[in-house]
Amino acid sequence: MSAINRGKFILVALAFGTAALLPFFDTGYWLSLGVSLAMYAVLATSWTLFSGPTHYISLATAAFFGTGMYVVGGGVDLLPYPALVLIAALTGAVLATLVGLTTMRISGVYFVIFTLGLAELIRQVVTWVQTTFTSSSGLYVLTDITESMIYWELMSLLALVYLAGWMINHSRLGLALRVIGNDETVAAHIGINTAKAKVMLFIISGTVASVCGALLAPRWVYVEPTIAFSPMISFQVVIMALLGGVHRLWGPLCGVIPFTLLWEVIAAQFPNQTTLLLGASFLLIVYFIPNGIAGLLENFPKQLQSKNGG
Amino acid sequence: MDILIGGFLLGGTYALMALGLQLQYGVARIMNLANGEMLVAGAFGAFWFYSGFQMRPFLAIVLIVPLAFVVNWAIYHYLLTPLVRRAKSRGQLEVDGILATFGMSFILVGLMLAVFGGEYFSYSYLERAVFVLEQPYGLNRIAAFCASLVFCIALVVWLSHTRSGLALRAVAVNPTAAGLVAIKVARTSAIAFAIGGAVTASGGALLSMFLTFDASIGVIFTLKALIIVILGGVGEIRGTVAAAFLLGLAETAVASLVDPGLTLAAAYLLFIVVLLVRPRGLFGSRS
Repeated sequence: MSAINRGKFILVALAFGTAALLPFFDTGYWLSLGVSLAMYAVLATSWTLFSGPTHYISLATAAFFGTGMYVVGGGVDLLPYPALVLIAALTGAVLATLVGLTTMRISGVYFVIFTLGLAELIRQVVTWVQTTFTSSSGLYVLTDITESMIYWELMSLLALVYLAGWMINHSRLGLALRVIGNDETVAAHIGINTAKAKVMLFIISGTVASVCGALLAPRWVYVEPTIAFSPMISFQVVIMALLGGVHRLWGPLCGVIPFTLLWEVIAAQFPNQTTLLLGASFLLIVYFIPNGIAGLLENFPKQLQSKNGG
Repeated sequence: MDILIGGFLLGGTYALMALGLQLQYGVARIMNLANGEMLVAGAFGAFWFYSGFQMRPFLAIVLIVPLAFVVNWAIYHYLLTPLVRRAKSRGQLEVDGILATFGMSFILVGLMLAVFGGEYFSYSYLERAVFVLEQPYGLNRIAAFCASLVFCIALVVWLSHTRSGLALRAVAVNPTAAGLVAIKVARTSAIAFAIGGAVTASGGALLSMFLTFDASIGVIFTLKALIIVILGGVGEIRGTVAAAFLLGLAETAVASLVDPGLTLAAAYLLFIVVLLVRPRGLFGSRS
């Protein structure tokens, strides 16, 4: 580790330490906002781990998130909570493996289409199972886990995601993914097992989303298919990641913070127009900030230089 | 037998909506994720004309089609052309197109929610039973099927027997080469996108005659259309029609034998099987 890297590492650790102190100051509104921020930071960053370098747009975050939530909802009376989180991680990994292996051998478009409907597909199956074999359509998750604990769990998960992302970026796998993103044909010709690299990253991304769902289940108390598999989750994650920028590990965070705050305002002020406003902000981002806020921040010094230097 | 005929009737309308997407994706190279919302908009249009003006859906289609054509042309011209210009490769256009149309689908859902609200809609038109092989079928289903069949045939004849249809097919095969033989690629793409949208909207108007719908149901139809296009093979008109009937049959079978709530699961199963066995689609060429 070079001196600069060590400095960065200490800075990041300090930032995490400071953020982790939040529950000591407030356990009301600000903590609940903090949980939302941490949740979307986890989801958007893990989304970017896969979709950033490969340009394969996954619209399946809600599918993994809901699966994790349902694992906890279904087993909360049978098994201890940590075991359920582990099972949720495994389920997410298996699901991602299956989806990855069937769709990623071919073209990116098929993958997008498949992920678009995955949440809906699982929702239909879960609803069918519930109405056929049980009487109710929802599940209660009653635990003694407090919001502060959920916050710390999510922060630890986020730290893990960053660590994993940093390690991947500095490994052969990360290099392979960047080559795939630039030109998949070239990647295949220089001997990269493209399918394997993509599936591996998709598994990591899907597992994290499942664990995230499992961690949040106690907060929601009542789990129902339409809420757990809501397409809005996938959509918001994509929008935040794109807003922040998908070319850097810290990019999504730059989108998560402003967008979550903005969303708090929108949801309070215009509760009936959320879908419309979400779509509009999405278009604005795609058309006007294609590289995200991270891209703007990185280009800003360069632009300044070229202006000053003539 | 019941399933066969039911599936066949459903497949006819599916064919129409999938042909719309096929034109948009095959020719204009836009994987339109807002396709289902255009279909629902068509359905709302028919509903509005019927409940507001007592206008028969078949008459309403005459108004809906040109309207949808203009709207889709405008979408392509003002919103998608900048992306086409910006894109350095076909892959990037695909990614940008997916993101942009995904955003548009949410805008359309939001608009329809704002105008019509979140309830379920349906209206009764031609609700009489017609007996085919001693089994009752709604007359509205049969009428919708016949109408979509007429539209499909008209579309196929236009594509394969006219000069403008030939231009469309040329752009679908190779936009650069099409430009070299004096075809206006940008204009042809815009027309293909607009016609695709109009065809999809007419499919929605026909579906509304016998299906209950709401503002946010579009994504299901987008998925179905996408699955049909891929099953049939990109650029394969006949494959699309065949795949639409296949999907109609599979869905009707699952709905009547297992559970009506699992139709999407049936579509997905079919999709996975075909992806694993014939990745280029049932009728796709192996080039």
